[in-house]
Amino acid sequence: MFLGRVIGTVVATRKYEGLEGVRLLVVQPVTALGDDKGAPLVAADTTQAGPGELVHLVTSREAALAMPETFVPVDAAIVGIVDAVNHDPRLAQARIQAQTQVTR
Amino acid sequence: MLLGRVTGQVVSTLKHKTYAGRSLMIVQPLVPGGPGATDALVPDGDPVLAVDHAQSGPGDLVLVLSEGNGIRQLLGEKVLPIRRLIVGVVDAVDLPGCAA
Repeated sequence: MFLGRVIGTVVATRKYEGLEGVRLLVVQPVTALGDDKGAPLVAADTTQAGPGELVHLVTSREAALAMPETFVPVDAAIVGIVDAVNHDPRLAQARIQAQTQVTR
Repeated sequence: MLLGRVTGQVVSTLKHKTYAGRSLMIVQPLVPGGPGATDALVPDGDPVLAVDHAQSGPGDLVLVLSEGNGIRQLLGEKVLPIRRLIVGVVDAVDLPGCAA
């Protein structure tokens, strides 16, 4: 489960039955800060995401479970379009002793 | 299972129906720092996403289940595209031999 940015689309007319109507998008994985991380990949879309949008994906067996037909050859699926990311990297550095002092 | 610190949250309106009503958190994985480290637990790699199942919030140390089948059993769903689930908020970790 990670964040990515849609950078393109894939058109495949002939594909595995069960994948008819499923959109395939090219996604660049990004970190929580929005920096590119690793190589782009092709992901099946369940959310009508478009180029430029920030999305979140799920990979491996769980990706196929996101599809309308759940036994299909898909290993990456877009499961949400991201509206906002609230992320404070400083929290990761917080000392473990500080745990009990954190208020919600 | 991995230990991590919740560093934030991802908000999305348009999402897969199985994600409805579930919070998606950003978790920084942590590993024991070892004898020379300044902290008992130190960040390991980039933050990952995990669905919350323990009412966790930013700053919390959490336990993350990262096995899809276990998550589906836990939540009683047969079809669930979730790979990481926050299953506990950790109060303390005792690591003898590691930095304070």
